[in-house]
Amino acid sequence: MLHLARKAFYPAPPPFPLLHIDTTWKFREMIAFRDQTAKALGMDLLVHVNEAGLRQGINPFSHGSAAYTDVMKTQGLKQALDRYGFDVAFGGARRDEERSRAKERVFSFRSPAHRWDPKNQRPELWSLYNGRVNKGESIRVFPLSNWTELDVWLYIALAKIPVVPLYFAAERLVVERDGTLIMVDDHRLPLAPGETPQLRSVRFRTLGCYPLTGAVESCAATLPQVIAEILASRTSERLGRVIDHDQAASMEIKKQEGYF
Amino acid sequence: MTAPSSEQSLDSLLARHQALGLLRVFTCGSVDDGKSTLIGRLLYDAKLLLDDQLSSLEKDRRTAGGDIDYSLLVDGLAAEREQGITIDVAYRFFATARRKFILADTPGHEQYTRNMVTGASTADLAIVLVDARKGILPQTRRHSTIVSLLGVRQVVLAVNKMDLIGYQETIFDTIAREFAGLAARLGLAQVIAIPVSAGKGDNVIEGSERMPWYRGPALLPFLETVELDKGDTAKPFRLPVQWVNRPDPDFRGLCGTIASGDIQLGDPIIVLPGGQNSRVEAIVTFDGNLDRAETGQAVTLLLEDDIDIGRGDVLVAGEMPMVSDQFTAHLVWMSAEPMIPERSYLFRIGTTVTPGQVTALKYQINVDTGEHLAARTLDLNGIAYCNLAFDRPVVVDAYAACREMGSFIVIDRLTNGTVGAGMIDHGLRRADNLPWQHLDVGKSSRASQKRQKPCVVWFTGLSGSGKSTIANAVEKRLHALGRHTYLLDGDNLRHGLNRDLGFTVADRVENIRRVGEVAKLMINAGLIVLVSFISPFRRERTMVREMVEADEFIEIFVDTPLAICEQRDPKGLYRKARQGDLKNFTGVDSPYEAPENPELVLDTLTRGVDELADQVIGMLERRQ
Repeated sequence: MLHLARKAFYPAPPPFPLLHIDTTWKFREMIAFRDQTAKALGMDLLVHVNEAGLRQGINPFSHGSAAYTDVMKTQGLKQALDRYGFDVAFGGARRDEERSRAKERVFSFRSPAHRWDPKNQRPELWSLYNGRVNKGESIRVFPLSNWTELDVWLYIALAKIPVVPLYFAAERLVVERDGTLIMVDDHRLPLAPGETPQLRSVRFRTLGCYPLTGAVESCAATLPQVIAEILASRTSERLGRVIDHDQAASMEIKKQEGYF
Repeated sequence: MTAPSSEQSLDSLLARHQALGLLRVFTCGSVDDGKSTLIGRLLYDAKLLLDDQLSSLEKDRRTAGGDIDYSLLVDGLAAEREQGITIDVAYRFFATARRKFILADTPGHEQYTRNMVTGASTADLAIVLVDARKGILPQTRRHSTIVSLLGVRQVVLAVNKMDLIGYQETIFDTIAREFAGLAARLGLAQVIAIPVSAGKGDNVIEGSERMPWYRGPALLPFLETVELDKGDTAKPFRLPVQWVNRPDPDFRGLCGTIASGDIQLGDPIIVLPGGQNSRVEAIVTFDGNLDRAETGQAVTLLLEDDIDIGRGDVLVAGEMPMVSDQFTAHLVWMSAEPMIPERSYLFRIGTTVTPGQVTALKYQINVDTGEHLAARTLDLNGIAYCNLAFDRPVVVDAYAACREMGSFIVIDRLTNGTVGAGMIDHGLRRADNLPWQHLDVGKSSRASQKRQKPCVVWFTGLSGSGKSTIANAVEKRLHALGRHTYLLDGDNLRHGLNRDLGFTVADRVENIRRVGEVAKLMINAGLIVLVSFISPFRRERTMVREMVEADEFIEIFVDTPLAICEQRDPKGLYRKARQGDLKNFTGVDSPYEAPENPELVLDTLTRGVDELADQVIGMLERRQ
């Protein structure tokens, strides 16, 4: 999406900053990539952490994934949007990712409390988007709505866009929990009695908070191999995201409350 | 699709994938026609469902204890799954070895007309489903009318449930023939009828042995091979300017997506509506400059001449588009609050946003029968043919000639919600035929002769709130001060200029529009105009505010509570309204929307007429 924004405004730089809601539980390689990319492209990077959540010691283990996601991601995002007074925020969500996302508009309206009302969305016809809001209201814009996972990877290949190395298979230290492979990204991951981290060849199809993001066993270490794997894949991309499955209609509820 | 094993095969995969082409399909039909089953069957048989989707379907089947319910694949919201209905447009993305597809699935019932219109707006092809046992129904006509209005070029009539009529050719033929007649009347040119059984899988992925009499293609092979509408480069060039990119003083790039035609370096272009001429000096993109660009490409153009161009202007070449401020159009209403002619809305057309209104509802279309009905307002899901007037000339093509240049959405000025959508038919060049007569004596010369700053002082409030009494006292004082004034009173105007108007919402809107125009003329004459009108709707007061200059509209809210007005009841109107002898009376059975930011609020409970009139005079004198 950053690549598309740079193309859209070329030769001027994109006229907006980048915003990251850091839960402090993100993959280390992802954070390094974030900083390095913003620096290399000369983009203004804003990082926001929900300090109140941090002080209370909210974490994905003792508070459960739903409560943790709400405090550190959803509330954090809302704080940041209010703090900077943004009336538009771009996001990379796609309709093929999840079924409530499939119903969301490209220009998705949010109330002053950042809520999404799926039953009362603005009709969206042709490519005539309605970005008008009253004071306090905002729009989340999803330019990649109609792309698929394969489209994204083919485009990365075509435009030679650098990505976080975690998307490629490598030997990584993981533990298996409820059928999900969780990477031991740092010493903070509590291990259950008898749980021993093992070195397995894995990669990620999607990157969230490391304790809530399952890896897939894979040998796809290059771009052609990753694309080959996606073509042959028989499961959906977000299957490894614990937060999609922690409540019934999980993502829809989170999105109504203001999750991206 | 075969997997790439090396960089070389990756390149060939990329090349193949780029050549695949995308077909946007729109399905219409009701639950009973087996639409979800057909979509599910298509995906299932073509092995386009993923394992976790299948297992979730299997789980739902076990809990429901029946057949696989394919609709669960497309219904995404919790409310939809609970109620077993599709409420919103759902999109499915899939690809076969021959083509990529985006499938928009919409509910078929009448109350979801707006969703159908949304789904059809971006579709290249529509699948209209009918039940072979029932044949062509009113809903088939509704779906076909929408498909035709939205300009979907290709239509597949899928005659479903052939298994339930013993695969009889004669029944299929009768339905196909009847539909061909309907399609011809609606102007649908490219139509094919396919007999299918979604439940049994006949003619979905491959031909059916049970219908040897049918020699045409099965559904999926047809979708994979039907000719795509290649962004017709034979059409005239149109580039609606989205943004002017000025990273430094030497670079002035005009950015936008080419809506039709193509352009090459050195080509002459015209900037509309201004009418300036220039030539293309460069076609700039992130990936390097181009010599040529065509429909669908997002580019930045540099022109040879330095012309003042902004968002909303259109660069054109070849045949000229329409430039006018009045058009006829089809309008689909999408809001629970009805469309009122003469009410001011925002219209987004291409990259332009302009205020405007529907000046005449010519007729409403009954989508089930095709009948034309008379209408004064347009309700949710209503489709009508109407005249539009915009506040300034816009550059458009007929929707039938170019979707991008002929489509518009209607935006509510208070909520900013999208309340309607439409398709331009043709221009009414009335504005061209009614040129402005240039007058040598202008507003400012008339005003300076009178030594005053003209304005409109708009008193709004409930009937009996004291508007007219206060306005009258204000005028007497202004007169004594030597000011030139005129008082427009709501009741008095209804005896003459507005004699033909009643008290419906539509009539109230027109009432205010006329008063606004009269007040504007009087401002031009240099007068201080006092208007005493209930004017219950915020939108219309905003409309008048925007008809005049920014500091010429002074809104005064005569804030008397309903209970007090009713108690005073100087004309006995509240009594009549409460008895039911007077319909649509503001405050009783018609709403009053108080101003949000009036220039002045008058509190009639604690202050007398003289004191209130002084307050108004004080404010007016400060402005002079």
